[in-house]
Amino acid sequence: MMNNHKPTLKESLKGWLYVLPLLLIIGVFNLYPIVSSFAMSFFTEYNFFTNEVGALGLNNFTTIFSDPTFHDALENTLIFVVGVVPVEVILSLLIATLLNQIKWLSNLFRTIYFLPFVTSVVAISMVWRWIYNKDAGLLNVLLGWIGINPIDWLNDPHYALLALIILAIWKGLGFNIMLFLVALNNVDQRIYDAAHLDGAKPLQQWWHITVPMISPMTFLVTVNAVIASFKVFDEVYALYGGQPGPAGSAMTLVYYLYRAFYEQNKYGQAAATGVVLFILILLVTLVQMWFSKKHVHY
Amino acid sequence: MEVTFKHVTLTYPNGSEVLHDMDFEIPSGQLIALLGPSGGGKSTTLNLISGLLQPTSGDVLFGRENVTKQDALQRGVGMVFQNYALYPHMTVLENIMFPMKMAKMPKAKRRQKAIDLAKLVRVESQISKKPAALSGGQQQRVAIARALAKEPNLLLLDEPLSNLDARLRVEMRQEIRRIQQETGVTTIFVTHDQSEAMHIADQIMVLNDGVIQQFAPAQTLYTDPTNQFVASFIGEPALNLIPAQTLADALPAVFGQAAKSVQTLGIRPEAFALQPTDDPFLQARVEVVQEQHFGREQQVQLRLNDQLLEVTDLGPVLALNRPLMTYIKLPYLYGFDERGKRIYPHFNEVPAYDE
Repeated sequence: MMNNHKPTLKESLKGWLYVLPLLLIIGVFNLYPIVSSFAMSFFTEYNFFTNEVGALGLNNFTTIFSDPTFHDALENTLIFVVGVVPVEVILSLLIATLLNQIKWLSNLFRTIYFLPFVTSVVAISMVWRWIYNKDAGLLNVLLGWIGINPIDWLNDPHYALLALIILAIWKGLGFNIMLFLVALNNVDQRIYDAAHLDGAKPLQQWWHITVPMISPMTFLVTVNAVIASFKVFDEVYALYGGQPGPAGSAMTLVYYLYRAFYEQNKYGQAAATGVVLFILILLVTLVQMWFSKKHVHY
Repeated sequence: MEVTFKHVTLTYPNGSEVLHDMDFEIPSGQLIALLGPSGGGKSTTLNLISGLLQPTSGDVLFGRENVTKQDALQRGVGMVFQNYALYPHMTVLENIMFPMKMAKMPKAKRRQKAIDLAKLVRVESQISKKPAALSGGQQQRVAIARALAKEPNLLLLDEPLSNLDARLRVEMRQEIRRIQQETGVTTIFVTHDQSEAMHIADQIMVLNDGVIQQFAPAQTLYTDPTNQFVASFIGEPALNLIPAQTLADALPAVFGQAAKSVQTLGIRPEAFALQPTDDPFLQARVEVVQEQHFGREQQVQLRLNDQLLEVTDLGPVLALNRPLMTYIKLPYLYGFDERGKRIYPHFNEVPAYDE
């Protein structure tokens, strides 16, 4: 039946009734928190427990923007994103390509790479704390073989962020490799047959066929990695035992937010930090989407 | 380029022999069809020609060169896959240029050549589109242009028309014929559709059970099949097959000494006439069971000594289920022995046969 007539009030009510349950859930758990945290960032005098707002204004934003710790957090987060995302995406694509080539033990390798994803960040951080240990750590032993002096990864402020980046890359690999494997398997084998007959060598096939054919997945993985990296917190907390790195050298935006909210009870500033983070992620994602229009082939 | 198979055999690792001792020579510059039912070995034969498969024993020659050990790339064949396997992220022009890009041809030159090829296959108005925006027939044309781009020794097409609807299929088979004649490249295509093969191929190789049944021009396959398989596979409506006893009395006159070994008779649907003809004939009394008209086609079901036959172009039928004298033209009557091998008639004096 074609529905050309204008719906009556009764029909409209009935329709809204059907979507009401989900609308309620989304409203309570998604929309309300977002709106109220936006609102909270403008509360300059606020009692969190009685929910009384004394005054409104932009003071929260001016305060955090004049706070050197916030600048550090912003800078560290940006360095972290730039350090993690490209390496993570490229490395997981390379490993997925290699895993896709081998038949022997490929399932075992897939499991090994996937393990970090199903393991708790805290447990992983314990292992990495040992790897990063200055005197007995595995990493310094390996570096020693190529003649690099032991580095105090966990206590030297110069290396704290690097240690964090390495841990994050390693942790993100498993899931991204799995996503890339799905994409690689979806490329029609006959296209490779055609490319082989057209004279494309394996590396040329990879560059001219594989990379463009899986670009939608690369886009998804990249957007996902960017968002996850902007929100980095667990790894900092677990690796440095509840501190933002030695001398605050691994302070990130979310850690700053966490500290403002839970430790300093500056709810307005925490919310303002959240808004800044939101706008940053939004901007970067918009840039990525604009870029993908030109370079992603669906 | 001529393609020669010398005693080529292919056995799969599990021991099953797919192709048995194949010997043939495909002449240069022709359009050749590999025809047969599925599992007959036609795609396998194509893959052996292309080099995607290597024979277990025997030699494959291109011209005078032995290419048995070379892979598909070294043999320089152009291949059009059944699903076309176009690169979905490239435009039509980029698709056609890809083999030339891999061969490191200068950019301006490969662009010009790709445009020429697009003109040859008549997709020049589509060159900046992606394959997904093209119809099946246009994708097919692009795939052919891409295969021709590297100036192949051979153009191989695997079931080129099976993904197209009926009308496009007729159009594209003419196009394949035209493109083959304009380029003069030796072209081999696989099909299971006998009418497709009959319409465009210079010569047809009929394959069944991994054995070449007959390799001959299309018309020869129809008028002079060497065995029962070819005779019944070629032709639409299909050949009528009846036991030899049905016309037992007439056989010595038609086949002479060999009449004893005739087990099965094949009668083409157009063999029957209501009047005597210039061809040698034998007379047979039949009954018309059913008559149907499809446009200009007439299809008649005849009963000949309890055997039902499908017949075309009989002429005006007066009454159903009444005895009727017909004349079976002997060139359209084939005898086969118990193994399906053709037994040839003696066209001497054939007395009128009446039961």
